[in-house]
Amino acid sequence: MQQTRSVEIGTGLFVLLGMSALFFLTTQTTGGDTFSASDTFKVEARFENVGSLKSRAPVAMSGVTIGRVTSVVFDPDSLEAKVTFVIDAKYDKIPDDSDASILTAGLLGSQYIGLQAGGSDTYLEDGSEIYFTQSAIVLENLIGKFLVSSNSGDDE
Amino acid sequence: MNTLVRDIYNSIHEFVRTFGAFQLFFLRLIRHSPRMIVRRPGLVVKQIYNAGALSLVIIMVCGLFVGGVLGLQGYANLSRFNAEDSVGTVVALALIKELGPVITALLFAGRAGTALSSEIGLMKATDQLAAMEMMAVNPVRRVLVPRFLGGVVAMPFLVAIFTCIGLFGAHLVSIDLLSVDVGAFWQQMQLSVSMDDIHEGVIKSFVFGVVASLLAVWEGYNAIPTAEGVGRATTRTVVISAIAVLILDFMITAVML
Repeated sequence: MQQTRSVEIGTGLFVLLGMSALFFLTTQTTGGDTFSASDTFKVEARFENVGSLKSRAPVAMSGVTIGRVTSVVFDPDSLEAKVTFVIDAKYDKIPDDSDASILTAGLLGSQYIGLQAGGSDTYLEDGSEIYFTQSAIVLENLIGKFLVSSNSGDDE
Repeated sequence: MNTLVRDIYNSIHEFVRTFGAFQLFFLRLIRHSPRMIVRRPGLVVKQIYNAGALSLVIIMVCGLFVGGVLGLQGYANLSRFNAEDSVGTVVALALIKELGPVITALLFAGRAGTALSSEIGLMKATDQLAAMEMMAVNPVRRVLVPRFLGGVVAMPFLVAIFTCIGLFGAHLVSIDLLSVDVGAFWQQMQLSVSMDDIHEGVIKSFVFGVVASLLAVWEGYNAIPTAEGVGRATTRTVVISAIAVLILDFMITAVML
């Protein structure tokens, strides 16, 4: 009897330990989903170049994550990338002339959308589109421009 | 020449036959499993204790040092690129996706698998299994199924514990010893580890648990009932489990990528 009890206690402790380890792994190592609002509204924006922006990338305003990218597709009509993202519904006072730019977290970090507030009296709502956008900075293009400009500088 | 061809043919034939018998054995265990869980949960709990709780010490000690060495290596090599802050990411991804499941499975085969196969082999050598059959007790159901289920249940928990302790070891080494920034360590990790990575680790740990305990039970049940035969079955358990785990690891990774 005594032995059965210690087996049961040992097994119980083991399973509890295992479950708490699993819980720790799922909650503490994956904090990437800082945005988890269920009540959201959808906004669209068109970019000339999205760089390496992926769906699930964060949408931030003043550095605070307020939303998440849901899809990045190429729009064959406007020949631009159409990015759809959702914003937490409690941020319902974002001016609709705000501009969206694709920024990089850190030098080699992942890309995200940064919103810069505008001055309009009308606010972003479900289905609205942001017209002022700034593309991602592609390092190769930047280097290319730099090389061209330095070459032309030599010629003169 | 003719005998050589015949030998090759025979060994291939034997291999395929054994493989088929193994599959049927697996199905037999599965078929008896639900009934054992409902009717005799005590037996299964006892085997979870044997396979899981008694393996905790080796799993935790190994996890601590594997995590520690990953922290050291990660720091030493990443600091060449001034990317020490990514140590957390590297360690977490390596542990969750690969090293956690694989090393735990190898340790499990060495610690619990050998115990299972030698125990069952010895039961067979001392005619205990035959005696059960005489008493109209199905030895597959009474002896093999609880041991198999115990391993299957214990393995994912062991992997999770190994991974957590490994992260703790890496934390200890890289933050307390090598003074990596603690915020950067965890933040970078949380940014790059996604739920899919954890799913991959859990799926692997489950598959490895099934394979390692199945092989241990199979080898023990089919051991030649002599002292030498039991010893050989124990060795084969470790060797075949290790090979199977590493091959399956490659296949699962290739499929899930």
